[in-house]
Amino acid sequence: MPGTERSLETSAGAALVPVALPVRTPEPPADRRLSDVDGWGRSEHVRAIARRLYDPVYRHWFRVEWEGLDKIPTEGGALLVANHAGAIPSDAPVIMHGIETELHRPVYGLADDLFRAVPVVGTLWSRAGGVVAHPENAYRLLRDERQLALVFPEGTKGTGKLFGERYQLRRFGRGGFVEIAMRAGVPIVPIAVTGAEEAMPMLGKLPGLARLLHLPYAPVTANMVVFGPLGLVIPFPAKLRLRVLDPVHFDVGPDQERYSRSKVMDEAEAIRVRLQETLYDMLRDRRSVWFG
Amino acid sequence: MGRRVLITGLASFWGGRVAQALEADPAVDVIVGLDTTEPTVPLDRTEFVRADQSYSILNRIVTATKVDTILHTFLVVDSTRVSGRAMHEQNVIGTMNLLAAAGSHGSSVRHVVVKSSTLVYGSSSQDPTWYREDMPRVAAAHSRVERSLAEVESYLRDFADDNPHVVVTLMRFANVVGTDIVTPITRALQLPLVPSIFGFDPLLQFVEEDDVVRSIEFVTRQRVPGVFNVAGDGRLPWSEVAAMCGKRLAPMPPFATEWAAAPLSAIGIAIPPELLELLRYGRGVDNSRLKAAGFEYRYTSAGAVRNFVRAVRLQRTVGARSAYRYEQDVEQFFRHSPAVVHEPEENMT
Repeated sequence: MPGTERSLETSAGAALVPVALPVRTPEPPADRRLSDVDGWGRSEHVRAIARRLYDPVYRHWFRVEWEGLDKIPTEGGALLVANHAGAIPSDAPVIMHGIETELHRPVYGLADDLFRAVPVVGTLWSRAGGVVAHPENAYRLLRDERQLALVFPEGTKGTGKLFGERYQLRRFGRGGFVEIAMRAGVPIVPIAVTGAEEAMPMLGKLPGLARLLHLPYAPVTANMVVFGPLGLVIPFPAKLRLRVLDPVHFDVGPDQERYSRSKVMDEAEAIRVRLQETLYDMLRDRRSVWFG
Repeated sequence: MGRRVLITGLASFWGGRVAQALEADPAVDVIVGLDTTEPTVPLDRTEFVRADQSYSILNRIVTATKVDTILHTFLVVDSTRVSGRAMHEQNVIGTMNLLAAAGSHGSSVRHVVVKSSTLVYGSSSQDPTWYREDMPRVAAAHSRVERSLAEVESYLRDFADDNPHVVVTLMRFANVVGTDIVTPITRALQLPLVPSIFGFDPLLQFVEEDDVVRSIEFVTRQRVPGVFNVAGDGRLPWSEVAAMCGKRLAPMPPFATEWAAAPLSAIGIAIPPELLELLRYGRGVDNSRLKAAGFEYRYTSAGAVRNFVRAVRLQRTVGARSAYRYEQDVEQFFRHSPAVVHEPEENMT
């Protein structure tokens, strides 16, 4: 009888009108994934392929040599800061590749969001460990995930220099990188790079084309003169040397509401000066652009 | 005295499921549900009131029923479902009327929960990987739905400032997937070929239906004030989501994508502009604030998609669950006829 059925249902505390309750999975299914892309877009698989492809370039083309690699922490977050050079810079992949192969630690490269808007390039860049240089991204990587993050405080001002201005460090933004390191409570590890300037020297710029393509600059490089359009992707085989400087620890607590602007600017300027002096020092010792 | 709850958007997936969940809660005395159309899920003791889409009768209902809690789940976030004007009417004017009623002199309302969407953060190339609740969006809002949600949220902020005695909860839901809900994304994932944009493989974040209902229930019960992102842990590349669904991608050109997508809407595949942006740059939100408030997610993003895939497979085999039809007379009979014996209530008193 329908009536008894209903009263049974109600006494069980369920529906008054007998209805088939939706069938629910008692336990959520396992989060089995089909790819290894993490929340940042990085894929270790793509990274491994990139490393395999890039290794000959790293070893035989640039013949990269490091000094003081042991100063990079093997655990915990740290913000790597380097000078940025070459119209299409080689320093970023070299630093990431070097640290990952030598120290076996992933490096997330914080870069301009410019790449993300370019089809294919943006996706590959992200899979290879590129992250948009947003302060929150840096903070999260360093503080919450205790990773290594690489940043070029000069940004496109560094890579947009003409060849005549090589190794002259530009302004280090507004010192935002120092503030992030302070908030995240991690040290800054400066890295001085020589050779990247000569790998892709910029002879001139095409401002009209840059405006048209929404780029910060449209370079005319010596590589293009030599290799034609391929010059956009083929750097000269300059010898790349990298020197890791002593890590900078800050004597302020993490997660403060705000940090003294003057202290932030002072620290940023101190790092810039140290990097600049180290660069001059390395150039004094450099006998040849191609052989170091 | 137990709680008296008003739910807007009772006919939507959100409102209906939340009403079902609250009916099981003995601490809730009265549930009144409002919508322009009839409920789509069977309800036990929820009183349904039909309203026009801008909710002009709301003030009378609030005064008459003396509700203390309003769950505003009526906001449209799927811009393919209604015209721009109707969306404005429903989202902006509807919320305005609702908040006016809730904040009127002598109002009994002490808790307002509003369902918004992570659409308010937009989707652009300059976005941070994870948006926290207090971070402003980077790129300006272009699409209608984003602009209307931004307006709704600003009304709500004003309301919260003017009515410090009312607990205001604003929930921003990531892309919802599950057994029942239909969104532009779930529709896209059930096409023979899943639309994508060539050269882009954005990271998306999902939240499962059950977690949606549970989170609304949670903030209602705990009266948690504040703004909360509601999204499962982790993000998935669109290509992987399609692969989990066993589908191939059909890439659209990366330039002039709107034009490429326009003819698709003629054959019934409507891809709204905000989804095109999402398919380009994706979106991520930080869900730690709701977790810190004590909510536990049952599904991660990947788990939510897995569950969706399972539901779709079942549906493919046995067909869609037969739709529930609301019968005014029958419902009135069960609720108000003296012939119906309400046993459990007697047992409790």
